[in-house]
Amino acid sequence: MLDWLLDPLSYEFMRNALAAGVVIGILCPVVGTYLVVQRMALLGDVIAHAILPGLAIANFFGIEMLLGAFAFGMLSTAVITWIRNQSRVKIDSAMAVTFASFFALGVTLLTLLQSRFDLEELLFGDILSVTATDVWRTCTIAVVALLLIRLFYKELLFYTFDRTGAEAVGLPVNWLNFGLMAGITLTLIVGMKIVGVILVVSLMVGPAITAYLLVKELHQMMAVGALLGVMASVIGMYASYYLDLPSGPAIALVVFVLFGLALLLSPSQGVLTRSWRSQYARKSTQPYVKK
Amino acid sequence: MLEVEHLSVDYRGVLAVEDISFAIAPGQIVGMIGPNGAGKSTLVKALLGLLPMQGRAALHGAPLQRQRHRVAYVPQRSQIDWDYPITAWNVVMMARTTTTGWLRQPSRQSRQIVQAALERVNLLDLAQRQIGQLSGGQQQRVFLARALAQQADLFFLDEPFTGIDKKTEAIMLGVFAELRAQGKTLLICSHEWGDALQRYDRLLLLNRTLLANDAPQSVMTLENIQRAYGENLHVANRPAEMPFC
Repeated sequence: MLDWLLDPLSYEFMRNALAAGVVIGILCPVVGTYLVVQRMALLGDVIAHAILPGLAIANFFGIEMLLGAFAFGMLSTAVITWIRNQSRVKIDSAMAVTFASFFALGVTLLTLLQSRFDLEELLFGDILSVTATDVWRTCTIAVVALLLIRLFYKELLFYTFDRTGAEAVGLPVNWLNFGLMAGITLTLIVGMKIVGVILVVSLMVGPAITAYLLVKELHQMMAVGALLGVMASVIGMYASYYLDLPSGPAIALVVFVLFGLALLLSPSQGVLTRSWRSQYARKSTQPYVKK
Repeated sequence: MLEVEHLSVDYRGVLAVEDISFAIAPGQIVGMIGPNGAGKSTLVKALLGLLPMQGRAALHGAPLQRQRHRVAYVPQRSQIDWDYPITAWNVVMMARTTTTGWLRQPSRQSRQIVQAALERVNLLDLAQRQIGQLSGGQQQRVFLARALAQQADLFFLDEPFTGIDKKTEAIMLGVFAELRAQGKTLLICSHEWGDALQRYDRLLLLNRTLLANDAPQSVMTLENIQRAYGENLHVANRPAEMPFC
């Protein structure tokens, strides 16, 4: 058993991948919690796709990929907010049109600029390609993001719970929103290296909603979400190593299994727990009913 | 003293409220009534600084915009996501956010203020409940406690009496009376009708412009009501001079 656990660690790429997996397993659910409570889970998906033009341009000019991705991720959230504020188009439609057009622009640019870019690796992630530099970069971003969330926790709580109230007492809601969007975009960029553009959202949203079914406060949701995220990352990576599965889908499927368990068995809100409880309640009242 | 002078709000190209002027002395509870779409919520949002406005709004002589911490706001219940993972205690603690300041934890005094506010609305024993597990009346009281914990001078309440139980109504009226005695100013958007309007010291009747601003009996005349709600309003079997009070 121990050999089974230690064997993958003898490869450097696996050590890097696991380290990065643990870090994004913590970071993605904590940041993703804000997406879930603001009912914007799909925004993660939108940003993840919208960064593609940035990657293509950065690749072409040989500049840091992170910068290009970040710029276009933030641009997409700005476009969505602008469309929503300037017209009667609702946010879901604004997200759909932005997401599709940015992704289309990205694919077009990849072709036009003839980027030597592995689209499949981008879409599905590749643990083999995680380097020690990636791990350090992921760590730095995670530490900064978690520290900022800790420092501005009460303001972000107020803003995400009651934006109108927060604005009314004079909190700088636009800056708080900008900070959140920046955090979400950066998290997606570092997360997609491991699980890919399409599935990074599963690590941001899945553990957060699983925790949402188990606890009653935002900070607990973050803590439990991070624990579940790390579990999903590690289990997914081992499954990927031993069963020769792509890492991203393996992690995303573990996330879904954990969510399914919570959905059925959560002590307070589980579908099965509720029905067992009502059956038990019916049985225990039956003798009295017969009398 | 809240003073509003020539306030107009242009909302997406439509003049939602126009040239509103009124003043409310400290220690007054003022109800704001008017048909749907009359601009009640727009007016409150403009006063809260959430919408751009023309005109002037001042509290104790200084612009309202610069004294936002002195203004407490109780939103309509429908505006809140009751499934949000937060306890009643932490909702009330939000009132202390700006007083606490950036990068700081709430002081012991803030915790005592929150505890006292929850105690006043009879919810201390439910403080650790997730807010979705409270009844409608209890939820309304959580937000009243939040407004109290802010220790504001001016209170805006958006339809606080909608869908609540008798116990909550009694607690709310008790709190309002205490606030009035402390010299606070309350402006309450209301959908009530009839005797309930007697609880206000004054009424503002609004339909895009301010149609009346006086004691309830003087505002709720047939003529005023028809100006606000249209000619076809059914007012049979009511004394013509005071049909709705």
